[in-house]
Amino acid sequence: MSAMTPRITDLWVYLSASPLLGLTLTLIAYQGAVWVNKRCGGSPLANPVLIAVTALVALLLATGTPYQTYFDGAQFVHFLLGPATVALAIPLYTHFRRVKAMLVPIIVGLVAGSLTAAFSALLVARLMGASVATQLSLAPKSVTTPIAMGIAERIGGLPSLTAVLVITTGILGAVAGRYLFDALGVRDPAIRGFATGVTAHGIGTARAFQESEQAGAFSALAMGMNGLLTAVLLPVLLPLFG
Amino acid sequence: MIAALTQLLIFQLIGEVIARGLDLPVPGPVIGMALLFVALSLRGGPGESLQTTSLTLLSHLSLLFVPAGVGIIVHLSRVADEWPALLAALIVSTFVSMAVTALVMKALARKPAANAGSPS
Repeated sequence: MSAMTPRITDLWVYLSASPLLGLTLTLIAYQGAVWVNKRCGGSPLANPVLIAVTALVALLLATGTPYQTYFDGAQFVHFLLGPATVALAIPLYTHFRRVKAMLVPIIVGLVAGSLTAAFSALLVARLMGASVATQLSLAPKSVTTPIAMGIAERIGGLPSLTAVLVITTGILGAVAGRYLFDALGVRDPAIRGFATGVTAHGIGTARAFQESEQAGAFSALAMGMNGLLTAVLLPVLLPLFG
Repeated sequence: MIAALTQLLIFQLIGEVIARGLDLPVPGPVIGMALLFVALSLRGGPGESLQTTSLTLLSHLSLLFVPAGVGIIVHLSRVADEWPALLAALIVSTFVSMAVTALVMKALARKPAANAGSPS
């Protein structure tokens, strides 16, 4: 054993016990992912959340670092989800005139999209023989993370699995949205944004803001409304589904 | 920027107190968003600092989902066991619900003349 080894061990012990490393790595991974996204011309396929998460998971697995140790640092970023959710009131306010003009399509679209999201996921999972806990964890996957975890807990799913499914759904929606709407001939940024938010919550909203501020505002609106609606409807409707 | 961040946190705090106090199923930040929206309507829009800080924060919304996303590491074994069902359910339902929402809205929305009627 050389004299250097204990020092490196000490350093690792310090770093792995301090929140500094998890926080810094999260920011580095995100900025790297944004750089990759820019290099790909802002393509939805190069989704920044997907790239950053993949890089960090690979790093944690390679170093054998437990998730909790990482999260002790990353929680400072996670915490900002709260104030960011509050901040969604600003684009919503800016675009509210358009929202009022579209109230009927918004409400009908919301109910149709919200029910389709939850029950199509349940149905497919059931047909493919997923366990009951997995099915119930899937049901709230189109709802923004904190609400979805609360719903999963109430209906008997696994909240932390739901969080992962929520984020995967968000990435899928953010990646596929542009191509799907183009294929369907849906051009109105308000509708594109709203449909994205109903399905792909905050990650879809982040993507919608990249397309236009109006799409982002409608996506934020959809995310908030779908969160409320699913929280109220799902526990009531689920028993009917058996 | 600090003043704006303070305002956002105050609204979140009020939302959190209401959500927990009344035992609502809705998380505090969503109630905070609704309250801030009402406040903006009453005072005729956000101040410049709140506007700038909020839009900066929202332009990095993707970053804020990274820590929770890395949580997949805790569920690797369940995901490995059930991945075909999970993947099929997520892909089918994501496509179908986006398409249903967009097509329903498109069918109900008035023609582009109405869209052009609201300059911003």
